[in-house]
Amino acid sequence: MRTITLQVNGQVMAAPAEDRTHLADHLREHLGLTATHIGCEHGVCGACTVELEGAPVRSCITLATACEGLSVRTLEGLADDPLTAQLREAFSAEHALQCGYCTPGMLMTARDIVQRLPLADEARVRHELAGNLCRCTGYRGIVRAILRVLDVRRGAQVPEGPHAA
Amino acid sequence: MKAAAFEHVRAEDAAQACALLAASDGGAKVCAGSQSLGPMLNLRLVQVERLVDLGRIPALRAHALRGDVLHIGAAVTHARIEDGQLPDVTLGLLPSVAAHIAYRAVRNRGTLGGSLAHADPAADWVSVMRLLDAAIVIVGPDGERTTPASAFFVGPFTTALAPDEVIVGVDVPVFSSQARWAYRKLCRKPGEFADAIGAAWVDPARGVARALMGALSSAPITVDGAEALSALRRDGPAMERLLDRAGLDDPDEREVHAEILRRALCDLDTPRVATEVSR
Repeated sequence: MRTITLQVNGQVMAAPAEDRTHLADHLREHLGLTATHIGCEHGVCGACTVELEGAPVRSCITLATACEGLSVRTLEGLADDPLTAQLREAFSAEHALQCGYCTPGMLMTARDIVQRLPLADEARVRHELAGNLCRCTGYRGIVRAILRVLDVRRGAQVPEGPHAA
Repeated sequence: MKAAAFEHVRAEDAAQACALLAASDGGAKVCAGSQSLGPMLNLRLVQVERLVDLGRIPALRAHALRGDVLHIGAAVTHARIEDGQLPDVTLGLLPSVAAHIAYRAVRNRGTLGGSLAHADPAADWVSVMRLLDAAIVIVGPDGERTTPASAFFVGPFTTALAPDEVIVGVDVPVFSSQARWAYRKLCRKPGEFADAIGAAWVDPARGVARALMGALSSAPITVDGAEALSALRRDGPAMERLLDRAGLDDPDEREVHAEILRRALCDLDTPRVATEVSR
């Protein structure tokens, strides 16, 4: 066991963990941040996707101790993020979730798509979502929600702010 | 399932990593992004006593243009190559291939050196570096050595690395402006490992004409020479011989591999240099 210190959602969080503990388990079991879900535990389903140093990663195949000192952002940390608010609203309007299990990972990936690929079309959005599996919705609502936010951001003059792209 | 217990140690530099490996007497493995090792540990396909982490060594995350090669540090991630953060010396081949490895979340952690050391026959970097016969730069207890990719990939998940050696980087040849390349990968959905890889590289200024068949059950196989490449494009024994060399018995697998390589060879003809990775 060793104490691992991470910057999580803007706060320094130190907690003990075994070296073999992956980041998802550390966040959920030791830090009580259960918005991050575990699905396949081998990197293909995307339910565990979190932001590490500002970029989406699979927390189930990333060791917590390997992230010592780094900044992590989970869905809990995006509660006040304007882009995530737009995505949540679009997900709701477009029926992009049913059971909600894949949704945190979908939102993390959606956020990355919208920021990194502002000109993405439907084909590109579907391609980028290949690593996030959903058993409920058949993906159409998720794709529509992301396209909706992309459209809004292309059309509107979105003011630059701390959470903007 | 959860990984069996192990110790995680962060190495300060390659020399310390080698010392840790040697001291572990076969019980240690190297990790960087752990995107290949992570799943295997979680599924208990691999169990280790110690993980030696190279992922944060600054020298291994760097790159440098050195004359006619681009040296890429072993811990450079696929995403950085995809995003064009390195000088593009391969007329778009490396960034194009990088963009189609797994998923973005995996590319943000997975590393070039990790992919090559793991030596999964279906991995893209294994085929690309074999195609280019790039020099793999290795550090061991006796210091640094380089090995061409053609000698580095010995078999599936098997390389020429000794147990106490680590990859520190790869020297990728700088293409001339006359170079052409093609890279085709077949998989059912984006992000999967390839079922078949066909690739080609022609650079008259370097006297290179090479075709590669990858995603086999062995290391990739290659054919050299402009005439040999022409022979492969014609319907005839040349492709059949290559498939035999590839160890492919199943007729469907033979057809798939042959078709993917044929398409890659045809891609060399297109006036634009960049080739889409097919799915």
